[in-house]
Amino acid sequence: MKICVLVKEVPDAAVEKRIDPSTGRLDRSGEKNLNPFDTHAIEAAMQVKEGGDAEVEEVVAVTMGPESAVRALHKAVSLGADRSVHLTDEALAGSDVAATGYALAKTLERESPDLVLLGQQSDDGECYTIGAVVADHLRMPSLTQVIKMDVQDGKLRCERQAEYGYDTVEVELPAVISVGDAINEPRYPSLKAIMGAKKKPLDTLGAGDAGIEGNRVGEEGSMVECGNFHDPPQKEPGQIIEDEDTDETVEKVVAWLEERKLI
Amino acid sequence: MADILVYVLHYEGAFNKNSLGAVSEGARLAGELGGEAHAVVVGGDDLTDELCGSLGAHGATKVFRGQGPEGLAQPVVDVMAKVISDNGHAYALFGGGLLGFEIGAGLAARMNAGVTMEVTEVKVDDGKLVASRPILQDSKVSESRYKGDLGVIIGRLNAFEAAERNGGTATVEDVDVELSPWSTKASMVQRGEQRGADVNIEDADILVAGGRGLGKAEGFQLAEALAEALGGAVAATRAVVDAGWYPYSTQIGQTGKTVAPKLYLAAGISGAIQHKVGMQSSENIVAINKDANAPIFEFSDLGIVGDLNKILPKLTEAVKAKKGG
Repeated sequence: MKICVLVKEVPDAAVEKRIDPSTGRLDRSGEKNLNPFDTHAIEAAMQVKEGGDAEVEEVVAVTMGPESAVRALHKAVSLGADRSVHLTDEALAGSDVAATGYALAKTLERESPDLVLLGQQSDDGECYTIGAVVADHLRMPSLTQVIKMDVQDGKLRCERQAEYGYDTVEVELPAVISVGDAINEPRYPSLKAIMGAKKKPLDTLGAGDAGIEGNRVGEEGSMVECGNFHDPPQKEPGQIIEDEDTDETVEKVVAWLEERKLI
Repeated sequence: MADILVYVLHYEGAFNKNSLGAVSEGARLAGELGGEAHAVVVGGDDLTDELCGSLGAHGATKVFRGQGPEGLAQPVVDVMAKVISDNGHAYALFGGGLLGFEIGAGLAARMNAGVTMEVTEVKVDDGKLVASRPILQDSKVSESRYKGDLGVIIGRLNAFEAAERNGGTATVEDVDVELSPWSTKASMVQRGEQRGADVNIEDADILVAGGRGLGKAEGFQLAEALAEALGGAVAATRAVVDAGWYPYSTQIGQTGKTVAPKLYLAAGISGAIQHKVGMQSSENIVAINKDANAPIFEFSDLGIVGDLNKILPKLTEAVKAKKGG
């Protein structure tokens, strides 16, 4: 069995995100990190590999992004992936969700994975949906927000929360599964794994190498045009109390509640 | 002509509230575009003519009814792709919810369409729909315009309110669709399982909600004590429900319940968007969190930066004393 894990480089959580006014795209300069949600997908792959219910030959980390995205792949490898694939091409810049999903699907096709795993969302774009796009292109069954996943007789038994409670769904392989952050507690990489990450095989592909049609990606090939970025209607900022003397804090809170007849 | 096709989710013979909101919104927008709003439903025998026809009350003129498994996205993609190919709808619209995200994204891939998710507002500009969505943790709003024959719009939870439109009864048309091979490779083993005790939090005037910041399952005792003193109930975030700290029936947010009490006191909740959409209409929001940068402080009326373990017990005592005196 071969597992591919889709990962993404995102701005570090501590960096304030903003739209670059000259391009209308997210300003992706500054400190970067592996999307924290993706670490759960890598951990899920490692648990399948180590769990013994399936013979896993390989875990491959796959990303699309500029040169710097290699660091996300190194992190993924340090967390257990055996090798990685980096799709990078100027022609891909500005791709929307649908175009990005198409490009990733073309890249995955080359690998013929039995299972594609990804995180429930990226920390920056907040899209939640790339898995469903990839799955339709790959013609594979798909499920998102999975919080429990077991391999049984070559099938996956997945649990997730949906609109009406918990659903249990059986999915045949090959499949595309996006995992929720409740599925596991990702491990920390060992120092040895971090040091060794750069030595693991890394394939770098351009759009042409992956058989991606140029007119279906990038800003031109995207079917959504985003623009007119503006501030949302502002809510009056609330009052903030820094708790230094708890008795005093509590007194203030009680007074606030009383004023609004909530006590 | 610009017709809008709206997906309507149902469960045990009743339509989803967010879906009905999407039908109402679709009817409003179709009216402005000079087209019609149609609904699409996928399921079994409980989708009677009468039930489907009732979508007319929310403004759907026609309902396309496909046979297929319920609770799974890909069979619905097959049905919607067929309906749109045969009828030339210009937009597909979804209310908030997990399935809508999956179906909308799958449909965009299938039809080479643009897709926007987490949409909070849709307007008509120059005969076309423009979808607005908050981005960057709700600090900015972006507008999407669509190229191509089809635009897919997926609403944020509770973004579209269900409203009566004087539509009467919708006509029902059965759609015969052969499901894609990959759509039949996922099967529902059990749907809608309720885990843990059944608690009604939707009617409470006061809710004390606990998140990961409570530290462990036992941390909820602090929230329970405060809720009891205030005369309210206890709610929880998805993270702690998934961790097994508190029952599913108390969960607020994207896949849980939507509440709007007089007082929502959030203890140890960071305020992720998935949680926010389920409680932001509360009259008064009080947040206690040790992280001064937690997003919840951006939409709370009173924020306390500090240690829950110190504050909650003293607050409980103070509320009790005040009520007793």
